[in-house]
Amino acid sequence: MSATAVTAVVAVVAVAVGTVAVGAFGLRLSRTTSDFYVASRTVGPATNAAAISGEYLSAASFLGAAGLVMTRGVDALWYPVGWTAGYLLLLLFVAAPLRRSRAYTLPDFAEFRLGSPAARGVASALVVLIGVLYLIPQFRGAGLTLRILTGAPTWVGAGAVALVVLLNVAAGGMRSITLVQAVQYWLKLAALLFPLFFLLGRHGEGAAGAAARLHETTWLEPMHGPHSLYLTYSLILATFLGTMGLPHVAVRFYTNRDGGTARRTTVAVLVMLSAFYLLPPVYGVLGRRVLPTTTDPDAAVLDLPRYLLGGGGADVLTAVLAAGAFAAFLSTSSGLVLSIAGVVGQDVLGRRLAPVAAFRVAAVVGAVGTLAVTLLSGGLGVAHAVELAFAVAASTFCPLLLLGIWWRGLTPAGAVAGMVAGGTLATGAVVAVMLGAAPSGTAGAVLSQPALVTVPVAFAVMVGGSLLTRGRRPAHVARIMVRLHTPEVVQVDRGGFRARGAD
Amino acid sequence: MSTPPVGPPQRVRVTAPAAGRPRRTTVAREIDAQSEVGEVYMRSLMRSQLRLALGLAAVLMLSVGLLPVLFLEVGWLRNAHVLGVPVAWVVLGGLCYPVLIGLAVAYVRRAERNERDFHDLVGPR
Repeated sequence: MSATAVTAVVAVVAVAVGTVAVGAFGLRLSRTTSDFYVASRTVGPATNAAAISGEYLSAASFLGAAGLVMTRGVDALWYPVGWTAGYLLLLLFVAAPLRRSRAYTLPDFAEFRLGSPAARGVASALVVLIGVLYLIPQFRGAGLTLRILTGAPTWVGAGAVALVVLLNVAAGGMRSITLVQAVQYWLKLAALLFPLFFLLGRHGEGAAGAAARLHETTWLEPMHGPHSLYLTYSLILATFLGTMGLPHVAVRFYTNRDGGTARRTTVAVLVMLSAFYLLPPVYGVLGRRVLPTTTDPDAAVLDLPRYLLGGGGADVLTAVLAAGAFAAFLSTSSGLVLSIAGVVGQDVLGRRLAPVAAFRVAAVVGAVGTLAVTLLSGGLGVAHAVELAFAVAASTFCPLLLLGIWWRGLTPAGAVAGMVAGGTLATGAVVAVMLGAAPSGTAGAVLSQPALVTVPVAFAVMVGGSLLTRGRRPAHVARIMVRLHTPEVVQVDRGGFRARGAD
Repeated sequence: MSTPPVGPPQRVRVTAPAAGRPRRTTVAREIDAQSEVGEVYMRSLMRSQLRLALGLAAVLMLSVGLLPVLFLEVGWLRNAHVLGVPVAWVVLGGLCYPVLIGLAVAYVRRAERNERDFHDLVGPR
């Protein structure tokens, strides 16, 4: 192994050991079922905001965004903007009511709002689907990173991340995860910021012809290429509306003390994400200037120190970036495995096993299953795979949350029909892309970014289905609205819903 | 301070929940009973919160959300520069974020005011 490889592997191992160590510290504190799922809501807003940001900044943010900016230019800046703006829409329409519903997971919310086991079942299936879609690029990113650093086959990195996440999730549950995630936000921010001080001042010669590519108009100027308007707005819709429907994001809101805290936490998240997302585009532009065209876009961030500095300095910076990248894989994967395990543990295994045992078994099944899917499925860019997960979330949980919180007329049948319609269409597009389908023209654009078609369809089906089954509105919808919208200080009857697994 | 009481103190009947819980108002009782009056109060709270959220979402759509159309339709904007950096890069790479944070802060302030108004109307005083 080269010197770069050795320092990088040391850094990666340090992040992994640190993660497990903080997790073990949390383990001593987490004892009850509720601890496992939501840390018993003893986490303060600042820690919680750092934890949400730490969990959210995934392989796509740390590696993928820079690669996209490097290859596609200014239009790719919509990815980080959309990933941040998603939290603004979450704040405006969902944050406080979701917290006040006292549901733990999105299936809990479906059950609370609609009182229907069928709606809960569909929501549970969607949590697993979106979770797996989002996990695949994390595992793939880990495999890719370790291969770049050491030449190891991709399954090594993917397997390593799966193993560390499992140790952590199965051992400590949410409480340890919250601490781990909060630490990892700062770790990721530092890991991306620190190398810039060294990289920005250097004018390495770069690959042949790279500097000229910096001035190509299709890269430099916005809205080039066919269907650019459709693709941009579809991306905007998927990211703006998809964030609220991501299972690992929604689950974080239950750790806030009340609705008002949930709002203030979300504002802090917006600030933290904004600070982070200023950085990846800088790496993208640097990569455009010095890296050869053959560079894998997802590897751009890691390759930069070698091209700009060389020698021991480059080894150290590559190690720092690799550590940050692994923090990204670990934190997002932990959150996703936790969400999948929460749902599978409660809905599938809950009747046969004790809660904590069910949770642990579910975590193992979720992580190992996804690892298998990752290794079997073909290549798909990290950021694009994440984007498809956003599209599915925006086409299913977004209408459920928006209509469920703000419209009394939503019925179980309408909600199920809407989630199934949006989910089937969006997943169909995802599967087609994964299988390599790439029709030309408008059809190709729609397949690669389905949200602008599937989100309105999901909303229309959900509203239409509810209007057709008007007689089947949940009996206590008025009480449910009281629960969702009245501030906690007001003393009113909020009904008696308790999420499964609550104590 | 009032003057100290003269003569034997009045007898006071002590009952269970007096001290801790503030007395609930009639409005809260109307909401609990899901009467028409209670529903009017709930609808007005929900409507004010929804109007606020939709209003700020509209601001988002008319600022950040309109950028793709602007970049496509306004020719000079595509290659305009500010301090040597293309405008599109400055806006999408940096200026969008303060707008998002500003909208978030404005929302929280107004949403909490709506809730305080509701509390003043309904809650224990």
